Amino acid sequence: MSKRIGMEIAMAAAEAVALCRPDVIAAYPITPNTHIPEHLADIVADGDLDCEYIAVESEHSALSACTGASAAGARVFTATSSQGLLYMYEIVPVVPSMRLPVIMCLGNRAISGPINIWNDHSDYMCVRDLGWISMFASNGQETIDMCIQAFKIGEHADVMLPVLVNLDGFQLTHVVEAMMMPDQEEVDKFLPPRKPFAALHPDNVVSMGTLGLPDIYNEAKKANDEALINSKKVILEIWKEWETMFGRKYEPIMSYKANDADVLMLTMGSMGETAQVAIDELRKEGFKAGLLDLKLYRPFPADELKKAVKGCKNLIVIDRAVMSGGAAAPVCAEVKSVLYDEPDRPVITNDIIGLGGRDVRVEDFIKIFKKAAKAKPERAYEIYGVRG
Amino acid sequence: MKSIVENFDLFAPKLVDKEEYYCSGHRACQGCGEALAIRLMAKALGKDTVVTNATGCMEVTATPYPTTAWKLPWVHVAFPNSAAVGAGVEAALKSLRRKGKIADRDVKVVSIGGDGGSFDIGFQAISGAMERGHNMIYIVYDNEAYMNTGIQRSGATPYGASTTTRPAGKQSVGNTTWKKNMAEIMVAHKVPYVATACHSYPFDFMDKVKKAKKVNGPAFIHCLAVCPTGWRCPSDACIKMGRLAVETGVFPLYEVENGKYKMTIEMPKKLRPIEDYLKPQGRFRHLTPDQIQIFKGMAMLEYNKVLERIKHSKSWSDMTS
Amino acid sequence: MTEKKWPETWQDTNPGLMIFKPGSSRSYLTGGWRAQKPIWDNTKCIKCGVCYLFCPEACITEDAEGFFMADLNYCKGCGICYHECWPRAIKMVED
Repeated sequence: MSKRIGMEIAMAAAEAVALCRPDVIAAYPITPNTHIPEHLADIVADGDLDCEYIAVESEHSALSACTGASAAGARVFTATSSQGLLYMYEIVPVVPSMRLPVIMCLGNRAISGPINIWNDHSDYMCVRDLGWISMFASNGQETIDMCIQAFKIGEHADVMLPVLVNLDGFQLTHVVEAMMMPDQEEVDKFLPPRKPFAALHPDNVVSMGTLGLPDIYNEAKKANDEALINSKKVILEIWKEWETMFGRKYEPIMSYKANDADVLMLTMGSMGETAQVAIDELRKEGFKAGLLDLKLYRPFPADELKKAVKGCKNLIVIDRAVMSGGAAAPVCAEVKSVLYDEPDRPVITNDIIGLGGRDVRVEDFIKIFKKAAKAKPERAYEIYGVRG
Repeated sequence: MKSIVENFDLFAPKLVDKEEYYCSGHRACQGCGEALAIRLMAKALGKDTVVTNATGCMEVTATPYPTTAWKLPWVHVAFPNSAAVGAGVEAALKSLRRKGKIADRDVKVVSIGGDGGSFDIGFQAISGAMERGHNMIYIVYDNEAYMNTGIQRSGATPYGASTTTRPAGKQSVGNTTWKKNMAEIMVAHKVPYVATACHSYPFDFMDKVKKAKKVNGPAFIHCLAVCPTGWRCPSDACIKMGRLAVETGVFPLYEVENGKYKMTIEMPKKLRPIEDYLKPQGRFRHLTPDQIQIFKGMAMLEYNKVLERIKHSKSWSDMTS
Repeated sequence: MTEKKWPETWQDTNPGLMIFKPGSSRSYLTGGWRAQKPIWDNTKCIKCGVCYLFCPEACITEDAEGFFMADLNYCKGCGICYHECWPRAIKMVED
């Protein structure tokens, strides 16, 4: 039976991963990382998890070792953030192209420069288009749940793709929360051992990571894109199963007071909980405000988004990263592209908040909300609260 | 030197494993020393092996989809990470075997890469994998430049070699430095078995691969592989050039077991003149007699270092007991 | 496994472009690269097998009597066998 626990979310994520019985973990401690790999190392050192833990010399090698281990048929896990993700960047697109499940926790943080280790989503936005299934947790409970779901999704025979579980650096990774932790029996029941499609072993010889010349590269890309798009079906099935077993519901876009809303805000990650309080305040003031919280970023839930914004007049997209020199901030650019063909699309405004760990308060959401309700801004996007 | 076919018994080739694990139809150049070395390596390793390959000639020529030259399980991920991928495979096989998820028998992981993927961009991953003590072999096929991309210099390019990024010219001798001593660097990592080898001495090479396979821990082999394309010598001279590299003292063949150095191919009392090695190669053709003396000085410094080590090095096990 | 038609459609490609046919490079014939081919004079051959050992193409095989020959489907004509055959039993001739 699940147990109520109170602990740092990074450590809870580690415990959840341990319940999934990974065979190999490879992680590098800093550039930067969170307590997730450290706590997993503790669990392995105490003999509570039978696992090969490779304390690699860099993130590049962390993901490389995970790729090799996954190719050999193991269940594998790693974690990183910020510059660490950028250092492993070369390998990030290779993993899905080889159709290898690797599960990675990304404690979302800003990227240099200036050097800054605090929270925003710029690290993830560098890898969003590289073929990984990507989920965003809003709190500790979702982090635990997504970590466990990720293995089942990524290793599913119809998916065979790596999965990124995003949780905001510090705002989630270093925060103590009360959560429900499933027990080993429950996780074993939910998550069967990995059955690899192919594995590096002399008993069944295979060549992996082969050369795709121009005569096959396009087909390979298309096949991978289809695999990622089609993974949504499996994700929804597995979320349904999770709900039945644990009573916690997951949808690609979760909504809060959105049904009758005129104005919707769309957030991702830990901002969602703060934004909910703002929505409550706005409702008290008589605004018909609602919230959409994006849980699944890849594959992008386009149909769900179209449905969720039906009937609303304004949509405020809150981003936590800059797409330098781009048409909008990354989430908003994607949202606009999805809604372009909708006949009754809402007016869309875009604010970037909380870069590099800048505080995001309830009143900030209220201000953004009221500003957006007034008039269309001059610029496609704004960095909220920037001085000058 | 014992005979014209060097230090192996006349009919020994007949005793070699006839099974080919690296097959015909690969797309390496005519007379490719690397392809030969890989073929011999695979024979020495046998069936229970997993190969991880850095990006390079041996990767692109062996597995253009949908065909593969490999009969061993093989994986390529990227250029700088063959050793890290190998470490992951090794960890996975260990973990899965312990848990009873795969057959309970030894399968050796062998990571391979060219000199660019090993001396330069893959250096960190090799250092990490060797230092952590994974039960794996790393074999570098050193053809002394980035040949796959058009003969650019690497950390393994010797003095005086003309490459496309350090070409010989009116003001330039070509490469100005001597190659990194990878074997010594690996000994400094306390790797229990380190060896230099060359395809021109196939039995010496295969013995070393077999020895490395028996080590329960990391092993490292630096294999000189002649590239007729990049060295600008005739393709049929491939074996001869490797032999000359050894006989002139430019690339002595030795092994280091637990820190103890030993020459495995006996060197002649009087080394062959270095000109014999340089003259047939287009990449050295521009060298003046003075520059040849500099080349010789650099090569002899390294060679004498090896001789010193052979005289004075002690096995680590002797030192601890 | 059933033979797939080449070039494959995206639906037909193996996941991750994995290859499940070890040694399938043999379907790619490299013999066309050759300008010269090796010919053995079996009266001079001592059946030592040095040609077999040094062939980068793995295309030299031994026949029932212990003599050697190159599979011309793959022989790239590099001449290593000719160069290394110390009894001089191999000649390179225009192909």
